[in-house]
Amino acid sequence: MTDLIQASLKELSSALAQKKISSVELTTLFLDRIEQHNPTLNAFVTVDRDKTLAAAQAADAKIGAGGMKCPAAGTAELSPLCGIPLAHKDIFCADGWRTTCGSKMLANFIAPYSAHVVDQLNAAGMVMLGKCNMDEFAMGSSNESSFFGPVKNPWDTGCVPGGSSGGSAAAIAARLAPAATGTDTGGSIRQPAALCGLTGLKPTYGVVSRYGMIAFASSLDQGGPMAKSAEDCALLLNAMAGFDPRDSTSLERPAEDYARDLDKPLDGLRIGLPREFFGAGMDDGVRVAVEVALAEYRKLGATTVDIDLPNSSLSVPAYYVIAPAEASSNLSRFDGVRYGHRAPDYTDLNDMYAKSRAQGFGDEVKRRILIGTYVLSHGYYDAYYLKAQKIRRLIAADFQVAFKSCDVIMGPTAPSVAFRFGEKSADPVQMYLSDIYTIAVNLAGLPGMSIPCGFDRDLPVGLQIVGPWFGEARMLNVAHRYQQATDWHTRMPEAMK
Amino acid sequence: MSLSLDDVSRIARLARIEISPAEAERTRDQLNGILSFVEQLQAVNTDGIAPLAHAVDVVQRLRPDAVTESDHRAAFQAIAPETEAGLYLVPKVIE
Repeated sequence: MTDLIQASLKELSSALAQKKISSVELTTLFLDRIEQHNPTLNAFVTVDRDKTLAAAQAADAKIGAGGMKCPAAGTAELSPLCGIPLAHKDIFCADGWRTTCGSKMLANFIAPYSAHVVDQLNAAGMVMLGKCNMDEFAMGSSNESSFFGPVKNPWDTGCVPGGSSGGSAAAIAARLAPAATGTDTGGSIRQPAALCGLTGLKPTYGVVSRYGMIAFASSLDQGGPMAKSAEDCALLLNAMAGFDPRDSTSLERPAEDYARDLDKPLDGLRIGLPREFFGAGMDDGVRVAVEVALAEYRKLGATTVDIDLPNSSLSVPAYYVIAPAEASSNLSRFDGVRYGHRAPDYTDLNDMYAKSRAQGFGDEVKRRILIGTYVLSHGYYDAYYLKAQKIRRLIAADFQVAFKSCDVIMGPTAPSVAFRFGEKSADPVQMYLSDIYTIAVNLAGLPGMSIPCGFDRDLPVGLQIVGPWFGEARMLNVAHRYQQATDWHTRMPEAMK
Repeated sequence: MSLSLDDVSRIARLARIEISPAEAERTRDQLNGILSFVEQLQAVNTDGIAPLAHAVDVVQRLRPDAVTESDHRAAFQAIAPETEAGLYLVPKVIE
């Protein structure tokens, strides 16, 4: 059994194809683990055993029948993901499933359609285990802002799992799911992946469709895979990526096999190390783990080169203008009229809006809507939003210059390992700074990932890998070779065995 | 600059979020904390820099003006707080 919960997606795929195990058996194993551990971890907000097992039965039928069209690769072969269970972040609409986005506003919202990502993974035959807890509307770095209560980090249940995709991260770390979807607006895939000891990838903006993914900051939001290894993420991204006309910023590009370069040697790889990411502010234990990882990369044939991202210190403040501005606009749709929470008592239409929104949204979401409303209001737009968008270009230009002298950029994913509940929740700005190394990547629209690279005080440390636009295959190769040489990504919390 | 309690209530009204007098001061302090943090952007010289909205240089796609959606009214209204005869109900707005 430990074999199955530790197995890679490729191993699960071949066990299913060779009929060593059925999808129903494999899915039942994970459903049982969810039942056992979720009361402690709170990683899932919705589980529907019957629906999930019906999907597993359907997958078994497809495997039994042999060939089925795999939409991502466009071949007539059975998708390698067919029959493998996965969990979805509760930001993705799934037809007939409650989809809450971690909010009271949507606590009873049954999605009437599926997100593109959900459709794609369903079509590949993946079996949905349930919906994962998250920071409300993806606004948070600790999962403490969820209406459904915080998620516990499986490595230490007194610590946060990171956020906002904290439920997805905890589910994989505790081996309640072999893989999960996440979304990343300012670090929400990479930071929880780091804090829970996983591999997570935020693709280039526009690679994965945002259709059916509840919007937070539309110019930054991007869905991506979270799993145990880079190889797993490559297989998942193959199924998740692709042009979708229903997302106006989806990019029309030929399909890629993101696993094509996994085994390429790293000889000659140039790793850029931003001076700004190695200065003060990072915990010593994190620094040590990252340095050791870089030494391993040199052994694998890479060279490191110092680079500068001179405007990177502006990325968190620019983000906290742009993201709230876009959020205030996106979240104006929650008005208690067509779906979502409606206040029970009100005097008139405006009072109904104001009360429904006051009751339906939590504190952090309200704060960001208010900030966004202010920076977009008459007389302030140029000073805040437009200014931040200009600085965003400076930040993106820094990366373009940097990538002239390196192939990938590396550094810590987060300044510290998982922090304790309550440690940063009193001061919003302190919480915002936990994404200090990840946010610039979203502003520039670049792909970024986090892989486990060691421990500090018995908690996992994440190494961030940033690539140029559309550099996913190369980054996955860089991560995979490291994971062939090390075993950090195979570690799991003792209590979850 | 920092926000006053009047500013907070004006912003809350624009955002259609009710804020009780008890919450107003704490909200003001937190918003001011965030605004003073983002204040450092003002010191940056951005003369001649074009704002960046989409990281990859793309233009808005056009599509033929044809119906692509089918009718999902029943499914969509099934999750609405209040409907009648295919319409969404709201409090009376015209006397």
